[in-house]
Amino acid sequence: MEVMLSIIICFMIIAAIVAIHARDLLSAIIAQGFVGYGLVICFLILKAPDLAIVQIVVETITLIIMVAVVLDSSRLELNVSFDRRKGGTTAVTFIFIIVLLVYFNRAISGLSKFGEHTLRMSEAYVTDAASQTGSLNLVTGILWDFRGYDTLGEATVLFTAAIGVLTILRLTGKK
Amino acid sequence: MTLFILCFLLFLVGIHGVLTRRNLIKVVISLTVMEFSIFLMLALIGYISGAEAPILGSEMVSGAPVVDPLPQAMVLTAIVIALATNAMLLTIAIRLYKKYGTFDIRRINELKG
Amino acid sequence: MQGMSVIVKKIAQLMSGLIFVYGVYIITHGHLTPGGGFAGGALVAGAFILLILANGSEYIKLKRQEEGSSVVESTAVLLVLVLATTGLVAGSLVFFNNFLPTGIPGRLISAGVIPLYNIFIGMEVAAALITIFLALVIYKEEISK
Repeated sequence: MEVMLSIIICFMIIAAIVAIHARDLLSAIIAQGFVGYGLVICFLILKAPDLAIVQIVVETITLIIMVAVVLDSSRLELNVSFDRRKGGTTAVTFIFIIVLLVYFNRAISGLSKFGEHTLRMSEAYVTDAASQTGSLNLVTGILWDFRGYDTLGEATVLFTAAIGVLTILRLTGKK
Repeated sequence: MTLFILCFLLFLVGIHGVLTRRNLIKVVISLTVMEFSIFLMLALIGYISGAEAPILGSEMVSGAPVVDPLPQAMVLTAIVIALATNAMLLTIAIRLYKKYGTFDIRRINELKG
Repeated sequence: MQGMSVIVKKIAQLMSGLIFVYGVYIITHGHLTPGGGFAGGALVAGAFILLILANGSEYIKLKRQEEGSSVVESTAVLLVLVLATTGLVAGSLVFFNNFLPTGIPGRLISAGVIPLYNIFIGMEVAAALITIFLALVIYKEEISK
């Protein structure tokens, strides 16, 4: 189990590096699709079928939109070699990575080992969700009953993003 | 533990892309990779070995223990938000391409007005 | 945007109906099986996107469809808010209160208001994704003129 997940995540890392360094934007997008579909397999192994269904559809739609955008404009990656502030950027990157490493170390020391997670707050959800909400799918029960505010905020963000896309892409004003 | 570190490596790859690439589409791809690593991290935290998916049978009790459903509910909303924000970023990129004729953020910086 | 060949068009017409029905199934069974409003809404949007991609942009009136999907999206968000506020009024004073009887778990009509929320959020997600896609197609048409 753990070995299989490690192999898949290693492939995802390689695909992400390929996506970032590809010379052609179309192949970069296809490599990013590899990362997304690898994530689907990880969700299936981690016993999260809801997430797998959502991710596989969302990844497909993202790829369609990205390919549409790239085919409308230029496909070529820029010449990256020219950069006046290269030294400064590298130094900032290293400082950023070190700060992130420190925080990651502090965050991970409070977690239990992989596969030995103890239910703290979700204990009540797991035992009571089915009898209180009547929903056999615990994720849906949590999403629409215990955590309704979060989901409402999510719906608002989606709505705002659609309005923003309409506003940005409108070329001629509406009478 | 190795899985958490690998997940963090995926996040670092995304950070590297955002900081070093000069192409707007590449920046969007790197942001997507960072989002994926965070989804994976949350799903990894909630996993319990030997447990079942958080969907009960019709008798409302689960024989085996159940995977933590709370991180999954959080990630479920985050995936759809990621799609919406990605679409928004891509539309901004395509409008910038129409105005300046390039995806290069250095050129876009220089051509003010 | 040009349409594709006759074979692709026919297959897309056959498949998009099936994908649509599957999306509706995922939405309405969200409280029993994996899935729910988010996954089903994205699937429904995928069915329409497949149809538009295969048939080209002359197949539908883009502007009118965009306005329609935008209206559906706004209405769905409003309905979710109305349902949540109804929970505030009916029964105890809790926002997002589950005020309908929960019924027998495992039946299709059970779990109180959760299926209604699923249906409305499915409408919202589907309409939002179709709106974004149609906006991109319309932009492409206008730019190539």
